[in-house]
Amino acid sequence: MSTEVIGVRSDAATPLATVRRIAIVPAFNEERNVGRVLDELHALDPGLDVVVVSDGSTDRTADVAASRGAHVVVLPFNLGIGGAVQTGFRHAWESGYELAVRLDGDGQHDPAELAALVAPIAAGEADLVVGSRFVAAGGYRSSAARRVGIRILARVVSMIAGQRLTDTTSGFQACNRRAIAVYASDLPHDYPEVEGMVLAIRHRVRVVEVPVTMREREHGRSSIGALASIYYMIKILLALFVDLFRRDVPPLDA
Amino acid sequence: MLSAVTPLKVSIAATVVSLLLLLGVFELIRSRRLRERYALLWLATGVVLVVLSAWRGGLNTIAGWFGVRGYPPAVLFAVGLLFVILVLLHYSTVISRLADQSTILAQRVALLEAKLREREHE
Repeated sequence: MSTEVIGVRSDAATPLATVRRIAIVPAFNEERNVGRVLDELHALDPGLDVVVVSDGSTDRTADVAASRGAHVVVLPFNLGIGGAVQTGFRHAWESGYELAVRLDGDGQHDPAELAALVAPIAAGEADLVVGSRFVAAGGYRSSAARRVGIRILARVVSMIAGQRLTDTTSGFQACNRRAIAVYASDLPHDYPEVEGMVLAIRHRVRVVEVPVTMREREHGRSSIGALASIYYMIKILLALFVDLFRRDVPPLDA
Repeated sequence: MLSAVTPLKVSIAATVVSLLLLLGVFELIRSRRLRERYALLWLATGVVLVVLSAWRGGLNTIAGWFGVRGYPPAVLFAVGLLFVILVLLHYSTVISRLADQSTILAQRVALLEAKLREREHE
């Protein structure tokens, strides 16, 4: 019988078969969505540990996650997605995990896509793999304004990174130990995906994008409105601009 | 009666000072002593002051709109003051949030310590 790691057959002697692996699931008031995500993860790969970071949730998110056997970290108040995700990466780092996948607790990231996400790491071709909605055509519906924003950010980040990147706001990611170390030590707080990707590249983390399709949310609404998007956009562009003038990248705590 | 114009020296001095403010804020962000989130309002202040200081025709025109006939640079003071008030108000909300959060943290730590002591006594 062949062993499987997150749906990736490891007959080809990939080193991941024995690797300690964890899914980091940030969740803010996702009691109706997080249970299904955890069930799907368990069905896919029973050997995959899961840490759910409840980011100041006021509903039963933590209870639901605990009842599914996940390791649950409850933040005493809302830190924002960056702080929540970094908590997960700190846990992954300190507990010695070799592979971490990050997916949102709202169910928009389909665990079935994890196999594709992990493949480049298994092949030793990447340290950080990002699920992109735009590598392949179709697959993502959103407001026009938001799509334009995502496009602009992708352009800017590609320019800074010297590498073509199409979806810098995707929170659907897989990390090896090296990328975990970067995110555990320094992940921007407000809107971590974009700046985090630039940061990772500056740490010479090899980033690869793979195409994914994202699902519609089943319950509830996304936490980012139109006006907030513009505010975020300005803030991120400012952060990226200032990053250009930062000479010393902070060292890893590795 | 024609409106007065901004003296050149005032424009130059105000522009230099505003630019120094922008530079200072930028350096604070760069050295990670100021988070972008809290710098945006300062940067907006700096940009508006630079524009009003350097663009002398604009300052005179705006002064005219508000009926400031005698001394157009008074508008610079007014705008500067307005932004300082905005920044202070913003910081008041930030401090309130931090105070709430540190209360929660103190409670959580105290509860954890109590739990730990109970365990040690068992």
